[in-house]
Amino acid sequence: MSILLDDKTRIIIQGFTGDKGTFHGREMLAYGTNLVGGVTPGKGGTRHLDRPVFNTVKEAVRATGAEASLIFVPAAFCADSIMEAADAGIRLVVAITDGIPAQDMMMVKRYLFRYARDKKTMLVGPNCAGIISPGKAMLGIMPGHIYAKGTVGLVTRSGTLGYEAASQMKALGIGVSTSVGIGGDPINGSSFVDVLRLFEEDPQTEAVMMIGEIGGPQEAEAARFFRENGRKPVIGYVAGLSAPKGRRMGHAGAIIRAFGESAAEKVEIMREAGITVAASPAELGSTVASVLKSSPKRVAVPT
Amino acid sequence: MDIHEYQAKELLAGFGVAIPRGGVAYSPEQAVYRATEIGGTRWAVKAQIHSGARGKAGGIKVCTSEDEVRQAAKGLLGKRLVTHQTGPDGRVVHRLYVEAAVPIERELYIGFVLDRKSERVMIVAHPQGGMEIEEISQTAPDTIIRAVVEPAVGMTPFQAREIAFALGLDAALVGRGATTLLGCYRAFRDLDATMVEINPLVLTKDSQLLALDAKMTFDDNALFRRPNVSELRDYAEEDPRESQASEYGISYVALDGEIGCIVNGAGLAMATMDLIQHAGSSPANFLDVGGGASPEKVTNAFRLVLADPKVKAILVNIFAGINRCDWVAQGVVQAVRELRPPMPLVVRLAGTNVEEGRRILNESGLQLTTADTLTEAAERVVTALKAAGRKAGNGKA
Repeated sequence: MSILLDDKTRIIIQGFTGDKGTFHGREMLAYGTNLVGGVTPGKGGTRHLDRPVFNTVKEAVRATGAEASLIFVPAAFCADSIMEAADAGIRLVVAITDGIPAQDMMMVKRYLFRYARDKKTMLVGPNCAGIISPGKAMLGIMPGHIYAKGTVGLVTRSGTLGYEAASQMKALGIGVSTSVGIGGDPINGSSFVDVLRLFEEDPQTEAVMMIGEIGGPQEAEAARFFRENGRKPVIGYVAGLSAPKGRRMGHAGAIIRAFGESAAEKVEIMREAGITVAASPAELGSTVASVLKSSPKRVAVPT
Repeated sequence: MDIHEYQAKELLAGFGVAIPRGGVAYSPEQAVYRATEIGGTRWAVKAQIHSGARGKAGGIKVCTSEDEVRQAAKGLLGKRLVTHQTGPDGRVVHRLYVEAAVPIERELYIGFVLDRKSERVMIVAHPQGGMEIEEISQTAPDTIIRAVVEPAVGMTPFQAREIAFALGLDAALVGRGATTLLGCYRAFRDLDATMVEINPLVLTKDSQLLALDAKMTFDDNALFRRPNVSELRDYAEEDPRESQASEYGISYVALDGEIGCIVNGAGLAMATMDLIQHAGSSPANFLDVGGGASPEKVTNAFRLVLADPKVKAILVNIFAGINRCDWVAQGVVQAVRELRPPMPLVVRLAGTNVEEGRRILNESGLQLTTADTLTEAAERVVTALKAAGRKAGNGKA
């Protein structure tokens, strides 16, 4: 088991025939991902990477039964592509694109509310590295070889810091059940809580590493969720302890700012909730290892 | 992106927000001309820098004669203003705004901001405007008026009326208040702002409701579709290295430390800074080269870091996903050959094509230290920095 993604998940790429879609499509196929086609408006009916290309997501879903989509569409048009995927019934949308206007994301999130809970699309990203279930499938842009297969769930805002965690864990013989990059934008699709909830329900996942950064309420919300619902150990890290207070304009930001948005406050809230927080980014893997050692089950799975 | 007070006022006036008569000036002569153009006998000469709290810092002068306007303008232009929002270096005044000084009955506060918790536009307002609003939000948070805008509908007239009444406006002025609030919201939405603030919004003795100060911040990601906003950018308000970085497509923030950082990904860049601090030194900058780090981009990143005279050692930390280590390594080799950095350089590569990247570095014959892990990278750069410091010290002795 893993969450969200396995070797059977039928995947399409939106922005399939562009440079990024092509490069990462090839990598995903090499990893064994079930990539069933792609969408590039105007190129429908052709083939790319030996897979069919469609003009619209609806056509692609009808012909391939696609359940998940990976989006490389440029920022100016990306919100539209996310909504197109949701409207076509895609269950899981991962948006890699960075630089989407905040008001576009506000509109997208409002649009996703149109659907009943059981039909609602789960959006991951934007501005993220995507999802990988090691040994099964890759729905993103990460270097697949740095992940060992295993039982620790990984959820991160930053893509590259997630790579860092995965490779430190692999060096210690610790593997990952699924890694989810939720992205660093102020308004993003899925939160830490959304992903933690899935890991809690996944029988293969025995512990979760959660990597946050300064800004926003999501780490504090995740800490509250963990205190109230968490049965599996969570190991945390928050980037930005050394970041200076930014220059700012006006008072409005300060008025709505809640406790728990600086890195130090996040660490404090996470520790109080019972999350083990790594002291430095060089200790991500070793902190996971020490938590696993103190929990009764053996977690590492040979690859 | 931030803009000046006078620019925000001009934009908001286009959305139905009432403002006092005023005009921009770049010299004392222009300031006097503006005052005569405005008419009356009392004017405020206001320093235009990207910061609030200008009054406390001496950036706003009320004048009652043309000569006073000239003197005020002379005193302010070229002056460095330090406020609690600018940081210790402050900002140099290059532009002034001359405005009719109005008789004030009462000061109110209204602000519009993108709220990350509700993921919607939030309106905050208070019947007591002015400098103390942040303090009030701490000491009496319940007195802050808040409303959240439903994005599919936009701000509704009833929300605007509710806020206008809560601000304590007379029934006769509530319509005017609602127009002001709805105008600010439309400006926020139509111009892709992330913050609009009027502080203070003043009720004058003759019962007008005027925006006495205004601030707007815009979403950098949306500037591509707002050419009339992006042309308001004032490069003089930015750190020159940060402007240069944005031209290179690199995120860069200057800091106070001595280790220059070149990293990919914002999270890893912050973590690298944390690690340097953890290892007992301090970072000179935040730098994220982003995805697609071509050799040229890496060379440009070196240019930015080397332009900072405080930098005594450089740490390159790349975990390649979209990037490829061989490309980054080529960039490092190219940069070192071209720019010849005189300080120690530690390079840590990991991820896609890492073997090829390491081979390029090792075969280059250049003076640099490589590291495989984050721990090694941090230890080696701090050790190199200390060794270089000792050498420099010996040289002097």
